[in-house]
Amino acid sequence: MFDIQTQLFEGQEIRFGPIDHEKDPEVESKWTHDSDFMRMMDTTPARPLSAAMVRKQYEKLEKQIDEKKNLFHFMVRARADDRLIGMAAIHRIEWTNSNAFLRLGIGAAEDRRKGYGSQALQMLLRFAFAELNLFRVSAMVPEYNEAALALLKKFGFVQEVCRRKALERDGQRWDLYVFGLLSEEWLGQAKG
Amino acid sequence: MNDLFRGKLVRFTFEEPEARAKAEARWQRDTEFIRLADSDPSQLSSEKKIKEWFDHQAEGGPKPERVSFSVRTLEEDKHIGFLGVWVDLIHSEAWVGLGIGEREFWSKGYGSDMMKLCQQYVFAELGLARLSLGLHEYNPRALRSYEKCGFRLEGRTRQDLVREGHRYDSLWMGILRDEWLQMQKGENE
Repeated sequence: MFDIQTQLFEGQEIRFGPIDHEKDPEVESKWTHDSDFMRMMDTTPARPLSAAMVRKQYEKLEKQIDEKKNLFHFMVRARADDRLIGMAAIHRIEWTNSNAFLRLGIGAAEDRRKGYGSQALQMLLRFAFAELNLFRVSAMVPEYNEAALALLKKFGFVQEVCRRKALERDGQRWDLYVFGLLSEEWLGQAKG
Repeated sequence: MNDLFRGKLVRFTFEEPEARAKAEARWQRDTEFIRLADSDPSQLSSEKKIKEWFDHQAEGGPKPERVSFSVRTLEEDKHIGFLGVWVDLIHSEAWVGLGIGEREFWSKGYGSDMMKLCQQYVFAELGLARLSLGLHEYNPRALRSYEKCGFRLEGRTRQDLVREGHRYDSLWMGILRDEWLQMQKGENE
């Protein structure tokens, strides 16, 4: 089990870190030019962004963190060389109900299917349940994001909602799922 | 007269906002450090944002109710932490908060040295009547250090903090000017 001293932001091969306003925008700009990635991350229209635009987004994000106090955002970096490989966030926190949603993305195609997402989710859940003391965490996933579906099921998430044919992409309708995990379920796994 | 800003192991400085932001951005990534220092969840803030916060605090120049120090070691002149004092002149009281971000300097007397310098500043320079502080129950190292510096445990707020599924108390300590003066006599004899 974990204790107070166990590091929250250090995984096996990855770590969570703050935004680097100088270096990160260019990397994230590249990710936004990959429409496959953008369609996995969001149900809003994908669009490529310049580094300058990404920088503006970071500033907006930090302002939102300050004002709304319902969002925790992390950059996922490789421990070996501190290279930016993805992002992880707990957002839409409702403090009175102790619940929130999560977001997770590994940006570059060559970094996917290497277990980084799994390590990041493990860290993100510990942050949600043992640092924010949340009661439940939800994740919204389109039907076509098979990697995310597999990952959530591996971590014991339960499919709770299916919004039938809620999305349209490539001229086809897709379901949108909401998955949920409770604190006690996470604790059971963490112990086992 | 005693040097107000120089102890046995450390000295007080006030570093530029860039340097403090750079150090803070690194220290905040150490979970144990953050959990000992604060009860708020760790929000990994960018160096840029931390610097903006320091700049914001510095607007209008030095304020009598808030005194901040950076802490450097005497031996290697390494920037290892910070100490801040919040002054209430009406009641002649101050609150102190401190942290050592560089963990290789934990448990070696640096914190106690910082606190002794702070007491000297509060009682011998500001001339206040009382110094107060709060800490978490799960920080026995800090408790021992503060006791060593003459603080008395004055009360506890029961189970006001949740960490890893357990509830913990907050502890409140204080030292009076007369007690500190008495201690100084003892040390000089």
